Parts: sequence; structure tokens; C-alpha cells
Amino acid sequence: MATIPANTRLASERAAAGRLRSVIKAVQEAPRAAIVILGGLVLVAIFADLIAPHDPTLPVHGANVFDPPFWMEGGRAMTLLGTDFQGRDILSRLIHGARVSLIVGLMGTLVAGSIGTAMGILSGYVGGWVDQVIMRVTDAWLALPAIVFAIFLAAMVGPSMWNIIVILGAVYWTRYARVIRGEVLTLREREFVKLAEIAGASKWRVIKRHILPNVMNTATVLASLTVGVVIIAEASLSFLGVGVPPPQPAWGLMLSEARSTLMAGQWWLTVFPGLCILLIVLATQLFGDWLRVRLDPQLRNL
Amino acid sequence: MVSVLQVSDLQTHFFSFGGTRVVKAVDRVSFTLHEGETLGLVGESGSGKTTTCLSIVGLLPRAARIVGGSVVFEGEDLTRKSQRELRRIRGRRIAVILQDPMASLNPLFTIFRQVAEPAFFHQQLRGRSLRERVQHLLRAVRIPSPEWRMREYPHQMSGGMRQRIVGAIALAGGPSLVIADEPTTNLDVTIQAQYLDLLKDIQRETGVALIFVTHNLGIVAKMCDKVAVMYAGKLIERAPVRELFDDPKHPYTRALLGAVPKLGSKEPLYSIPGQPPNLANLPAGCSFHPRCPEAVPRCVSEEPGDFHLGDGSVARCWLVEGKNEAGAHRGRTRS
Amino acid sequence: MAEPVLEVRGLKKHFPVRHGLLGRGRTWVKAVDGVDFAIHPGETLGLIGESGCGKTTTSKLILLQETPTAGSIAFEGRDIAGLEGTELMAYRRAVQVVFQDPFSSLSPRMRVEDIIAEPLEIHADLSRAAIGKRVAEVLELVGLQPDVAPLFPHEFSGGQRQRIAIARALATNTRLIVLDEPVSALDVSVRAQIINQLEHLQRTLGVSYLFIGHDLATVAHISHRIAVMYLGRIVESADSDTLCARPMHPYTKALFAAALPSHPDDQQQERTIAGEVPSALRLPSGCRFHPRCPSAMPVCSEVEPTLQPRDGGGVVACHLYG
Repeated sequence: MATIPANTRLASERAAAGRLRSVIKAVQEAPRAAIVILGGLVLVAIFADLIAPHDPTLPVHGANVFDPPFWMEGGRAMTLLGTDFQGRDILSRLIHGARVSLIVGLMGTLVAGSIGTAMGILSGYVGGWVDQVIMRVTDAWLALPAIVFAIFLAAMVGPSMWNIIVILGAVYWTRYARVIRGEVLTLREREFVKLAEIAGASKWRVIKRHILPNVMNTATVLASLTVGVVIIAEASLSFLGVGVPPPQPAWGLMLSEARSTLMAGQWWLTVFPGLCILLIVLATQLFGDWLRVRLDPQLRNL
Repeated sequence: MVSVLQVSDLQTHFFSFGGTRVVKAVDRVSFTLHEGETLGLVGESGSGKTTTCLSIVGLLPRAARIVGGSVVFEGEDLTRKSQRELRRIRGRRIAVILQDPMASLNPLFTIFRQVAEPAFFHQQLRGRSLRERVQHLLRAVRIPSPEWRMREYPHQMSGGMRQRIVGAIALAGGPSLVIADEPTTNLDVTIQAQYLDLLKDIQRETGVALIFVTHNLGIVAKMCDKVAVMYAGKLIERAPVRELFDDPKHPYTRALLGAVPKLGSKEPLYSIPGQPPNLANLPAGCSFHPRCPEAVPRCVSEEPGDFHLGDGSVARCWLVEGKNEAGAHRGRTRS
Repeated sequence: MAEPVLEVRGLKKHFPVRHGLLGRGRTWVKAVDGVDFAIHPGETLGLIGESGCGKTTTSKLILLQETPTAGSIAFEGRDIAGLEGTELMAYRRAVQVVFQDPFSSLSPRMRVEDIIAEPLEIHADLSRAAIGKRVAEVLELVGLQPDVAPLFPHEFSGGQRQRIAIARALATNTRLIVLDEPVSALDVSVRAQIINQLEHLQRTLGVSYLFIGHDLATVAHISHRIAVMYLGRIVESADSDTLCARPMHPYTKALFAAALPSHPDDQQQERTIAGEVPSALRLPSGCRFHPRCPSAMPVCSEVEPTLQPRDGGGVVACHLYG
């Protein structure tokens, strides 16, 4: 007897209803805290000039040096979070510092991720001597402690925001490359990749349509982990004085400048920048985790 | 004849999403097995046959629970026993053989160690008597040169040999019931035949009762004395093997038999339209009705009970009602 | 008879294996060791054998995933060795494959329409609309509704995924599909659906199949001719009906003896053969099957038999028959 076509209406109906449901679920499940924090920070960074009450690089008129936050004795409403050793408003400096941290953090990760993923895919899929060369380079890179390497490069090329971004990207891409290469090696043997090769797909096509989409998951998770690392690296560089140059405020720099004051009692100079770093790293981690689940069509429907 | 295993009205449910979603993986399953008998538990993926076996030995995953019925093994109800008591029974009086021998064997231990384990724990054998027992078992499953084979590791053996070693481990405790879940799926055809012949011989010698879980009707034809066919968690037909093949009562059984290619015949295969149902979302009435070529209006609204027939078959189908020679009696099972 | 779609002659594939101290010794795994067969248009050749017989390697050679050590493969009269450029693409367009595992042969992050469209995008220069039309056509051919095109593979069952894989294999005007155990991973009732679908497609489109399988009944059902492989060689080959009625080679007979009965009373009288397939690294002398053969004669361990014509058509390689 003739074959009765499989009943796929059930599947497509289920899927259509599922898609609407999944959008609603996505909005519900979105990590609100992370989005609020990140969104807030992004807005703060963009509108820093408008939001900040004072100029972050100049001492505030009418305020003293080392003024405490407004809820403490001696604090003023004018300088909500107090002033630093030069009399500059802490809050304004934090707001402007958000810009630096976000830009460097996100862009640095983007640079590292792009280079690393590309190298990983080339290494894993093309193989041969390309693989060997890339792997030896990553071995050499990884042998050096990242921060030391970054400091060395920063000292060499001189400080500026874009230099720092490129340097951080150049330092951190190797972790990506290793992990992505591993993924690609497994993917290469999967049947759907073999099928594409048998169908005559060019190497480039296979990479673009089969390998890349399937490593995006790992790449995103890595990115969420890396953003935190890069931000802290930037803070470290600023702390050591080879990061984004003053007077542009950076949270790491604020920490560095206020090193001695923590014990002396002016805790607001270090605690607030530290809290900001904590917040942004936490937010990116949460966001990255949610993004990973969101991007995987299989996990999404569970 | 005292039965080795009597499963009555077994019900196992899976609970998820905080108890809001209940999946009736096993829905009122009953069968009996005597010494030396082989029961074929037949069904496709998702039919509930593996869950039934796990329920019998008490190895259900955390999300599942037996919610009704009884499993009486050699006079004792296993559903009423604690895990501690079940552990004494598992491996000793009831043995399980799984599909993938590499999953059942530990790659780090020698063959000797693994075959010896049940005898070591359950029968307290040691030293020389333990070694002899292991060699005896390996010989029983026809492993050549057991004395030096037992010093080897699983990866040094072929698939067929590994599966036989799993059989040896199963027999090591001296069980009265062996449950084999698709043990030959990964084996070559000739190796499968050897293995099945071996199982039959062992059964003839030891009188062990065997439950063979499979989706392959050929194995059922070769090995089994009685058959239980499962669909969507329900036992839709139960019969002695000859009666099942000669006169299948349930449309699903008929469809299954028609779907298997027969050697030497080029007749078109009967293909059952559609897919097996989602257990979380079963249709009302008879679970098979959406795919049944013979469904009548009653099938859509009412779920049939068990109908016993004169030739020893039991079928859960409205079409069978009244066909009984010995007088139709509605086997609405006790819950 | 029309010219064969695929003709394989003297095909050999030997893999080098290093062994011994410091890997200085070198032997060969003769995965495929001298195979000949032909597939005609609209015909199915079944290739049956157990592990190590070389059927998977043969399919890899046909799909150009490996290059032969010796012998030739001719597609529609033209040798495919060393094909390049447009000719290679033409071959790839005409010869496709369907694998055993429906769960890993479809790219998980691509929609079904993109999966099926891929061969078209690679080979043909069609507009998006034309591709969409062809995708819908092909989905219908395999018994699926065209509106499932935008869905992802994980939303389908195993049987449906195999249909998608078949649709993909048919998208370009394929003339030969290599089916490597396409139904082994599917449920019984779904197997029947797919087999029927494949037969229907062959009748409608005239496509040829190389059906590789291990279940004799399934292979015999769908194939017009069957070739039995053992340790890299074909030991017997004949029409499906002829082979089932009168298997001649002892290994073929063993496969039949090992085949499961379709009724409890159909029990095989002969016991199955003992032992296992020997390692391909240490091939037996003479006839490769002689150590396990119940009818072995002295000559079997010395001289390797060649394929000779057998009763009722076909060929068999066995000293019992001349």
C-alpha cells in the first residue's frame, strides 16, 4: 500500500504555538537584574556628560579634599559620594569611568574573541601546518602571564584607550583559540559536516554555515567569561599606571590613586570603584549565561 | 506451577515541573512468568518497556514512582521493599543485561574482577573457589581459554565476547530471573545468532526465567514463549507466541507484524501512519486510535479494558470484545 | 540493458598500519581488496556483510572521501579518479548519501529549508524563489508538508529526519544515492514507512540506490541485486530472489541461518557458524572464510577462489562450485 505521508502538521502547529510561547518565555526568563545593570551602565556611559554633576577632572568649587559621602558627617549634597585627594567629585568620576570600562571591556573581548575564534576555526578545520603554526604561537603566548605581557606591550606602544583595547585583545585571544579548536575538531567529524563536504561545499562554505554557527555557543560563553577578565585586566593596567592615561577617569586608576587612603579611613575612594567593577563583571556573567541558553535552539525549547 | 514473577496492574508515573506534569509511562501492566519461560516485551521507543523493567528491579530515576500495582517475585512484593532489600535481590536473584556492553563493563577492571563481583558479594566465595566459579561461568558463556581471558580487559575483546561476559556477570549470582534489554542490538548478525542460541541453551540448563525486551519481532519468534506488546505505556496485547503470530488480536500488533520485511517476499510493507504519541499528551480513549485503520467511534471516547480470549490472548481493544469463544468477560483490572 | 550508472572494477583500499617497536613494522589493513560490481539506472544494489567486511569503506570510496589504492570507479562511463573542477561538481551533484544516524546528519542550527537548499546553492545558480520552490517540491516527494521548511531538525522525530536527509539527497537531480544503514536506527513501524518511501521514489524518479545494510530481510526486500561481502571481498552476488531461494556460498548460507525467523515455527535447523570475523590485519590464507567454513576442503586454505558464474545467475567465489 502507498505510504501515508507522516503527519507533520502536528509538528508545525506545535512549533508555531511554541514560537510565540518561546518569545514570551524569553522575555520572562531574561535576567532582569543583569539587563538593568548593564543597560543602566550603558546609558550612564553614553550620557555621562549630561548625568555627571561635575567635571570629573577638576576639583569641585566649594568642596574640600577628602569630603566623605553625603550621609556621613561632613558630607555634602553637592558631592554625593564624596571627593578624592584632589577634591574631585567621586560620583562624576565613577560615571565617566563607566565609559572606559565598558568600552575597553566589551571591545577588548570582541577583538580577542574575533581573533581567537578565527584562529581556532582555521586551526581546527584546515589542520596541517596551519594548525601547527597557530598552536605553537598560542603555546608561546600562553606561557607568558597575561598581565605581564599586557604591561610590556602597553609600556612599549604607549597608553591610549584604543591601544589598550588592541593590546588586551592581542593578549587574551589564545584561550579562545584553544577551546574553539577543540570544538571544531569534534564538529569536523560530525555527519552533517561530512555531508556538506560530500555535497561539494567549499571549505569556506562549510566553515560559514556549519562550523561557525555551532561554535557560537561556546564562543559566547567564553566571551561572557572573558569580559570580566578583560575589565579586571584594564583595571589592573590602570592601577599600575599603564592603562588609560589620566586625567580620563578609570575605575582601576581610581583604585590605584586611592591605595593609601583605605587604611587612612577614606574608604569611599576605593570601595565605590571596587563595587562598580564587581557589578559590571557580575552583570556580564549573568547576561552571557542567559545569552548562551537563548542562542541554542535546542536548549531554548526545553 | 509457582510463578517466578507476577506483575499485576503496575503503574509507574513520571512527575515533572513540580508535580504538575504527569506522564503515565507504565499504565496498568500485568503479566506472569514461570520458571524456564521467556517473555518477550515488545514495543517501539517510548512504549514503556524499559520503564517497566526498571520498575521491576526498583531502578527508576528520581522523577519516576510506582504509583500502583504489585510486582511479586518468588512470592515477595518488590514494590513494598526498601532499596536496601532490593540491593540484596538485584544481581543475585534478578539480573539485568543491558544493550551496550561497553556501558555495562568497567574499562578499568579485569574480566575476572567483574565476573567475580556478584559471586564475591552474594555468595561469599573467595580464593580458589571464586576463581573456579569465574572460569565455570566464562565457559558457560563459551568464552574460549577462560584462564587467561579473565586476566584481560574489556577493550581487548570483541563486541560479541563482551556481551557474553555481561551475560556471565548476570549469571554469576545464580539468578532465577534475567531481564535482557535489547542485548543484541549492537551485535553483528551471526554473533547475535550465537548469542541467542547461547541464552537458549543456558535457559534449558538452569531453568532461569527470561524477560527479553526488544522491538525486533524476529527475536521474539526465535526466543520467546509468550509475548507482551506495549504501546504508549499500555500493554495492548498479551499472548502465547504462536497465537500472537498466527492470529494477532490488536490492530497495532497486526500493523507491527505487517511492517517487518520477510525474507523472500517482496510484498509492500504495511506502514503505520503517523508517529507514536507524546506520553505527556495522550489522545482520549484508546491511545492507538489516531493511527488505527480500524478505529470505530467508541475508540475515540472510551479507553478499552483488557479482554480475555479463549486461546490465551488478552487484548486491550474494543474490536475484540465479544469475539471471545469462552464468553466475553470484561477484564476491568483492579486498581 | 542501459549503461550502468556506477561501475566498480578491482577496487582496493589498503590502509597502512604501523606496529612493532618504535613503529618500524608496517602492515596493511586490506579493508577493500578487489571488489567489482555495477549498478544500473533505477536499480538497487544491496551490499550486505558484517563488521570489517569493507562495505563502509566501499561507500567512502564511492563518495570520494577516500582514494582507492587500486582499481577504478566509473560513473556513467567516466572514471571518477582525479576529477576536478566542474566535472567533480557534476559528480557530487549526481551522487549523494544518506547516513544511519538521523540525529547527527542534519546541521542542528540550520533550518530544514536551508539544509535541503544547500546542495542547490552549491551547484545551481538559481534564484531564491526557484530554490524555495524546489525545496517544497522535494519535501512533498518524501512525504512531508512543505510548511515544515522553516523548522529546525530537533523539532522532528527520527523517521522524519531521515526523510529530510533523503529530501536533501534528492534536491539536485541525483542519480545515485548511497544509503548507509538508513533505517537501522529507526523504530520498526517507521522503518517500513521509510523503505516504502524509498521504493516509491525509485519508481517515480528512476534514481539508483546502493543500499548498505546488515539486516538480510530488509536488504533483500528493497534490493534488486545483492552482493555479500566478507573481509574486503565479494563472496557472492546475485538477484535478490535468486539469492534468497538458493544461497550458495557457505558464508551467505550462514547469514541466512543467522537471520531471525518470521514465525516461531520457522526455526532454522542448522546451527549458526562459530567464531568471529578475524582481524583484517591477519587475513587467513587461501579463502578468507575457510577457518569458519563448515564445508572447508584442503584446497580452501591454499588457493583463494575467484568469482565464477553460479546457477541461476550471478557469481560466487567458492571452491565447492568449481
